[in-house]
Amino acid sequence: MNWSVIFGLVCRYTYIIRRSVPRIIEMLFWPVLDLLVWAFLTMYLRGISHGPPSAVTFLLGAMIFWDVLFRSQQGMTVSFLEDVWTRNIINVFVAPVRVREFLAATALVGLLKVTIIIVLLTALAAALCGFNLLVVGWGLVPLFANLIVMGWGIGMVTTALIMRFGQAVEMLAWAIPFLFQPLSAVFYPVSVLPAWLQPAALALPSTHVFEGMRDVLAGGGFPARHLWWALALNAVFLAAEAGFFLWMYESTREKGYLAKLGTQ
Amino acid sequence: MGEAIVEIGHLRKVFGKLVAIEDLSFTVGRGEIVGLLGANGAGKTTALSILMGLITPTSGSARVFGLELERHRVAILQRMNFSSAYTALPSNLRVEENLMVFARLYSVRNAQRKIDELLELLEIAHLKKRVAGRLSSGESARVSLCKSLLNDPELLLLDEPTASLDPDIADKVRKWLRLVQRERGIGMIYTSHTMRDVEEVCDRVLFMRQGRVFAEGTPADIVARFREKSLESLFIRVARDGELEEES
Ligand SMILES: Nc1ncnc2c1ncn2[C@@H]1O[C@H](COP(=O)(O)OP(=O)(O)O)[C@@H](O)[C@H]1O
Ligand SMILES: [Mg+2]
Repeated sequence: MNWSVIFGLVCRYTYIIRRSVPRIIEMLFWPVLDLLVWAFLTMYLRGISHGPPSAVTFLLGAMIFWDVLFRSQQGMTVSFLEDVWTRNIINVFVAPVRVREFLAATALVGLLKVTIIIVLLTALAAALCGFNLLVVGWGLVPLFANLIVMGWGIGMVTTALIMRFGQAVEMLAWAIPFLFQPLSAVFYPVSVLPAWLQPAALALPSTHVFEGMRDVLAGGGFPARHLWWALALNAVFLAAEAGFFLWMYESTREKGYLAKLGTQ
Repeated sequence: MGEAIVEIGHLRKVFGKLVAIEDLSFTVGRGEIVGLLGANGAGKTTALSILMGLITPTSGSARVFGLELERHRVAILQRMNFSSAYTALPSNLRVEENLMVFARLYSVRNAQRKIDELLELLEIAHLKKRVAGRLSSGESARVSLCKSLLNDPELLLLDEPTASLDPDIADKVRKWLRLVQRERGIGMIYTSHTMRDVEEVCDRVLFMRQGRVFAEGTPADIVARFREKSLESLFIRVARDGELEEES
């Protein structure tokens, strides 16, 4: 790994955010809007529900947790797309940039965006609904870390698909993460799913993170077992996703599409 | 011509059924400017892309700086650079930010000084703070050239650098290229379908047609060999009827 290269790429992807109002809005607007909807829903449900108040605060926690996964993936794939859109991607690929350096840089951009958004959403949730995400305690760090890593994995897959199949499949960058949402048991426990779907759900790292989050919010202490599962599954997924990326990259070079990215 | 910095041997690239490059062999010496001339679809961009590792060849060998391309990709890319009319620098960054980003990608030491020196050389120091997307095409061409000189390349690959430029700017680009070749002894591969480019800039020309080189030499040599008035008339003859007789 050459840190000068990684730093250079991170600069490139953060300069554009700094200079562009639409990008800042894109980055902050949707999460905040999302949070507002869930905050109002939470207030409403609190009024009509007879169960424990924690049941409804799960929703806000779930929404913020989901955004960690989604934004981590977005940070990665949109960085790549920025270079395709500005016809710069070839300049990057013909510079002495290793594939792993490129992936590391875009992953870092994802991490940066996630950090900004999390701080913002956590503060807003506390201010609007008195929902303090920090009650999760230190467990929050490994839970988030697992979601970020899973986001990176999905980011690699969506980037690879766009690289291989061109800008025509650009919308996959926004669509693919949502494929995982129903199975990840984001807003409801896994036990709600039909029995035959539960094994599939439990095969995703994210499911264990969301289960762990609910355990903690219900006062269950550090969710060690869920975290181990998430970690192990993430390791398997990440290896497979990195393999997929390399396979697509080689195939793209072989078919000559890499040379055409962003030039048409 | 001294040592060869590029050695291509029997290179072939097929895309499905289409043969983009067939039995392409050539060398480029240190400080030499070699032109790849040919109509659209002749295989020029494919050849350059292979040299940059963007496309894997179907067969044949490619060595740059004596190193085998596929195994030493990053080490080779560190010592060469690229500029093309078909790529751009990020339009939403300032010129100096753009150049700084690429200076880091190429691990350039004393980047700020290097950037200032190149902006000075190409007489665009005043554009430093401007946003790249708002430059005229002539200004962009110069900034792009700046980017391609950041790492003191020993080899510069230029894919139709004058395409889309008006004749005045195109003329200047050719002058800048000759200037940097003279001052820095940079070897270049220059693709073009414009005779003017090739005649003015290149030491040697490979005339390509359907992925093959059918004539090679100085522009004057080639013209004489095919008994034509100019490269341009030869180009047209090749494009229209294909069959060629050489003066033996
Ligand atoms: N990725 C690709 N897939 C299929 N055909 C390609 C691809 N890239 C180039 N070609 C074809 O290969 C030939 C050479 O193309 P190219 O090298 O771009 O020519 P030039 O740069 O000389 O205009 C053309 O017929 C072109 O259509
Ligand atoms: Mg071309």
